[in-house]
Amino acid sequence: MTVDWSARLHVVTGKGGTGKTSVAASLALALARDGNRTLLVEVEGRQGIAQLFGLDPLPYEERRIATAPGGGEVRALAVDAEAALLEYLDMFYKLGAAGRALRKVGAIDFATTIAPGLRDVLLTGKAKEATTRSVNGRRAYHAVVVDAPPTGRIGRFLNVTAETARLAKMGPIKTQSDGVAALLRSPITSVHVVTLLEEMPVQETLDAIMELEQLGIPVGNVIVNNARPPLLAGGRPTQAELRRGLAAAGLPTDRATVAGLHAEAKGYLARRELEDSLRAELAELDRPLIELPQLPGGITRHGLDVLADTLLR
Amino acid sequence: MSADLDVDAILADPGSRIIVCCGAGGVGKTTTAAAVALRAAERHGRRTVVLTIDPAKRLAQSLGLSELDNTPRQVKGIDTEATGGELHAMMLDMKRTFDDVVLAHTDPQRAQEIFANPFYAAMSSTFSGTQEYMAMEKLGQLRARDEWDLIVVDTPPSRSALDFLDAPARLARFLDGKMLRLLLAPAKAGGKSVFSLVTASFGVFSRVVQKVLGAQLLTDLSGFVAALDSMFGGFRQRAEQTYRILQDKETAFLLVAAPEPDAIREAAYFAQRLREDRMPLAGLVLNRMHASSAPGLSAADSLAAAEALAESGESPATVDALRIHAALTEQAEREQRVAARFTTSFPTVPTVVVMAQPADVHDVDGLRSIGEALA
Ligand SMILES: Nc1ncnc2c1ncn2[C@@H]1O[C@H](COP(=O)(O)OP(=O)(O)OP(=O)(O)O)[C@@H](O)[C@H]1O
Ligand SMILES: Nc1ncnc2c1ncn2[C@@H]1O[C@H](COP(=O)(O)OP(=O)(O)O)[C@@H](O)[C@H]1O
Ligand SMILES: [Mg+2]
Ligand SMILES: [Mg+2]
Repeated sequence: MTVDWSARLHVVTGKGGTGKTSVAASLALALARDGNRTLLVEVEGRQGIAQLFGLDPLPYEERRIATAPGGGEVRALAVDAEAALLEYLDMFYKLGAAGRALRKVGAIDFATTIAPGLRDVLLTGKAKEATTRSVNGRRAYHAVVVDAPPTGRIGRFLNVTAETARLAKMGPIKTQSDGVAALLRSPITSVHVVTLLEEMPVQETLDAIMELEQLGIPVGNVIVNNARPPLLAGGRPTQAELRRGLAAAGLPTDRATVAGLHAEAKGYLARRELEDSLRAELAELDRPLIELPQLPGGITRHGLDVLADTLLR
Repeated sequence: MSADLDVDAILADPGSRIIVCCGAGGVGKTTTAAAVALRAAERHGRRTVVLTIDPAKRLAQSLGLSELDNTPRQVKGIDTEATGGELHAMMLDMKRTFDDVVLAHTDPQRAQEIFANPFYAAMSSTFSGTQEYMAMEKLGQLRARDEWDLIVVDTPPSRSALDFLDAPARLARFLDGKMLRLLLAPAKAGGKSVFSLVTASFGVFSRVVQKVLGAQLLTDLSGFVAALDSMFGGFRQRAEQTYRILQDKETAFLLVAAPEPDAIREAAYFAQRLREDRMPLAGLVLNRMHASSAPGLSAADSLAAAEALAESGESPATVDALRIHAALTEQAEREQRVAARFTTSFPTVPTVVVMAQPADVHDVDGLRSIGEALA
């Protein structure tokens, strides 16, 4: 299976803490190369993008946050359901001051609390709008990358029609969600799942992919994050071998050091065996698999470029 | 460094009746809750029930839980012969717990109307905080039945550990909210109440809502809102009761954290909050820590040696072993630094370290070793 980034709306999900935000950001940087403009969208109101890039909290506004080689740029948008609803109502109903009053009385908060599906339609609707927007007859964005909710909620988040159909059987909300649903089920969209080589993230990856397939939403690449280089390909060294090696390196060869290294090697191999079996489970999905290296110093701006290189390779 | 947390002392004390395992998502709350409960039953002979929320599938299976179930089931195949303890386990069914709350606060006919309302379906399964609220509710129910020596509760996999404490208040705020009042009394909105401020826009609002959502939806909505309102007093009262149980000294909070910046930050917020709310924090479980087995050899030295050795072409296995050692040493040091952010801010909170196990914990043996580490 070859890696394919030809979609225009990339949705990045994964278990909590696996690296969704980091991967979404590096994908937006990768796709901005060659002079393209991309949009990195955040939907959970956590200001994860601002934190990652060391910026002040982002407003509900598309802002340039990074440049890419070849004159490209990444813009970011922190979508706020409330603002999106007002924007949307304004477009159709010219609410003006009444809209602000709605906000004051907590109507919007109320509406999105009592009908959480409404919030999702607004958020995905905004992503759709940005993806399909054109300026002077040209696409506003080469690609839009969404840092999406985690695997446990991704099905519900993307399955907008089902959620709203329960509540609204006709009217503009229905039309809106039908439009979003159609886009999310077309080849324009691709959902990528980030995982670690740990049991729960892999399990959630398998579950989420099955759920998305059943919903008819296109699944793209599986991204294994934090992968460590394979060491000790020759298997577990003996203590004698380690003692020889340590001596050759001019290090202490006392029993504690030798036994300690030996135990660590054993632990490492046990871990790797588990990782290999998880990797095999992922391979059975028969989807493109990309491994991103664990960056020794954690994520930095340069680190994101390193990850971007790997995504494109 | 902080004092050692003595989990066995808590488990052995007949005065401890509730243990709450809390912390950020994915740190090991469920695992800790199950391990603590198992130890209470096996070692301390207590009749224990553990309320798990969203456990890993294989862990649930090894406790004999195959589906969401609101009734505790006795866990078989554990070793309680010597002490006579018992372990019962359950997996929270959020929707059913919500249904039960509704049934408890309203007459059957009204309850059926509520269940049939589409807003109820949406809210009882997705309202942010419902799971937290229902966990609290279930804890209150279990405690009221007074059937167990010890109740161990896991908390929902929220991003923020505080959600568990805040959910009841959030629900109350929502039910108390202006908007709800407005919807309940559109007629009154013309009066001189606080709503007069927004009356004009409310007219626009309901027209917009009618147009956007349709009339049926508005009917459903006000039906639902009226139903909620009628139950509100009951909701609030129960939440307050449970809150008081949590403040009692029969309760012990075990704060679980993994040595990662986010989890430690959450743990600090939570510890602060428990202090403010006078809730009894028993201690911090630092879960999934790593340690080097050859502490005499520094990361820098072993990396430098690995490079030199690689250059010489000798013993490639030792080169790799040294690299593994360097990475592990760095990780352990990083974890110590991160954990110290908590322990220096809360020097009086007792702490216990649980090492990362080589593989995930999903059977009784694995839980037993976590229990050993905690003791
Ligand atoms: N390849 C990597 N190498 C090193 N560190 C990484 C890598 N990927 C992610 N991280 C680190 O792991 C942590 C979690 O990453 P990130 O915030 O991107 O995850 P997330 O899935 O968006 O989390 P959440 O579910 O909380 O939104 C961060 O501290 C990040 O810097
Ligand atoms: N000390 C540990 N060593 C190894 N794996 C652990 C340890 N503690 C927890 N785990 C694993 O980490 C994952 C998340 O743990 P879980 O208890 O479900 O977290 P939470 O309930 O806080 O979300 C599980 O797969 C569990 O087996
Ligand atoms: Mg994130
Ligand atoms: Mg859990």
